[in-house]
Amino acid sequence: MLKSLLVILMSAVLVDNYVLSKFLGICPFLGVSKKTDQAVGMGLSVIFVMLLATLATWPIQTYLLDPNGLGYLQTIVFILVIAALVQLLEMILKRYIPALYRSLGVYLPLITTNCAVLGVTINNISDGYGFVESLVSSLGCGLGFLLAMWLFAGVRSRVEVAVPPKSFKGIPITLISASIVSMAFYGFAGIVEALFK
Amino acid sequence: MKKSAIFLKGLIKENPVLVLLLGTCPTLATTTSVISAIAMGLAATAVLVCSNMVISALRNIIPDKVRIPCYIVVIAGFVSVVQMLMQAYLPDLYDMLGVYLALIVVNCIILGRAEMFARKNGVVDSALDGLGMGLGFTIALLLMATFREVVGAGTFAGIEIPLLKTYNIPILVASPGGFFAFGCIIALVAKLTNKPKEKMGCAGCPSAEACGKLGCTKEEKEENVNA
Repeated sequence: MLKSLLVILMSAVLVDNYVLSKFLGICPFLGVSKKTDQAVGMGLSVIFVMLLATLATWPIQTYLLDPNGLGYLQTIVFILVIAALVQLLEMILKRYIPALYRSLGVYLPLITTNCAVLGVTINNISDGYGFVESLVSSLGCGLGFLLAMWLFAGVRSRVEVAVPPKSFKGIPITLISASIVSMAFYGFAGIVEALFK
Repeated sequence: MKKSAIFLKGLIKENPVLVLLLGTCPTLATTTSVISAIAMGLAATAVLVCSNMVISALRNIIPDKVRIPCYIVVIAGFVSVVQMLMQAYLPDLYDMLGVYLALIVVNCIILGRAEMFARKNGVVDSALDGLGMGLGFTIALLLMATFREVVGAGTFAGIEIPLLKTYNIPILVASPGGFFAFGCIIALVAKLTNKPKEKMGCAGCPSAEACGKLGCTKEEKEENVNA
């Protein structure tokens, strides 16, 4: 049991990294990775929201939609649940934990339309994960997102001061650096099988 | 604006992917083969045309404050329709696109056109705008996919190309190749139009304002709002 959970966690963080190998959440990955502290703040908020979203969507799918034959409403229900959840979270943090709100609050509105959050909740269902497995997989995806953001912010701080050819300035050179970071993660393919089997 | 101009601007002049830099996630994820790229492009076009028409028809009814959730509900409805139709009639393509089909809901091209065009214009104009933008998206995906599949796998839409089949660069169809190919194509567009692409496309993204507090400077933020 523990081993299978560990496999899910490790493959979500390293092998099937959401940003670098599944291309989910590219907007914040390219948009909010200029400074390391912002990248880490964004990553932490994403982990938080991913866990909460899974906590809400998995029971809804299993106990509400599936028994009533409403599985086809998944897309609509999930995006609304996530949007409402983020809004609620923002209000609760603002009211009760202002210190946390000041550090993470600014990132929360960015997460509503983040495809990584919707992606992880849908993937958990389509992969047939149970409740605990879903939570572990969401945690792994969130950690993977944080790791990718953090590493890339480091890479980017160097790229920002470099002088590429004029047409490569800005987004193109950022994408090329992302490609190289992604190649590093590509090297992890097979590591999970080798470690645990 | 003339009807033909509304339709044509999305194809090249304001191409959503290549010029406005929107919809990056599906552009990177579904361009490993020409067939999945075309399927993704057409599915998004169908959703875009329908959602643009409905949002434009409802533009005087939807209250301004809750417009983004309303748009999301309309878009999610049409995405579910497309999902069910594809599952029933094109099951192979449905499996190929996987989660990315459902993720059309959060594609910023669609939300962007609702926010920037459909809520200010009539139903016919909005449908034409959606069709133009959708086809522009499809063209951009096709361009990326052709490059990646021909050079990376030596095939075009599954048909083998004699010499390239033996001498190909497989990394291009893997994930690092996606970032690389997109970076090169954007650089090419920047070279041709002589306009460097300094920042991400945020036109119509509901998060752009919040993002503006972090990533962009004030001028860039204003530019995003006006774009």
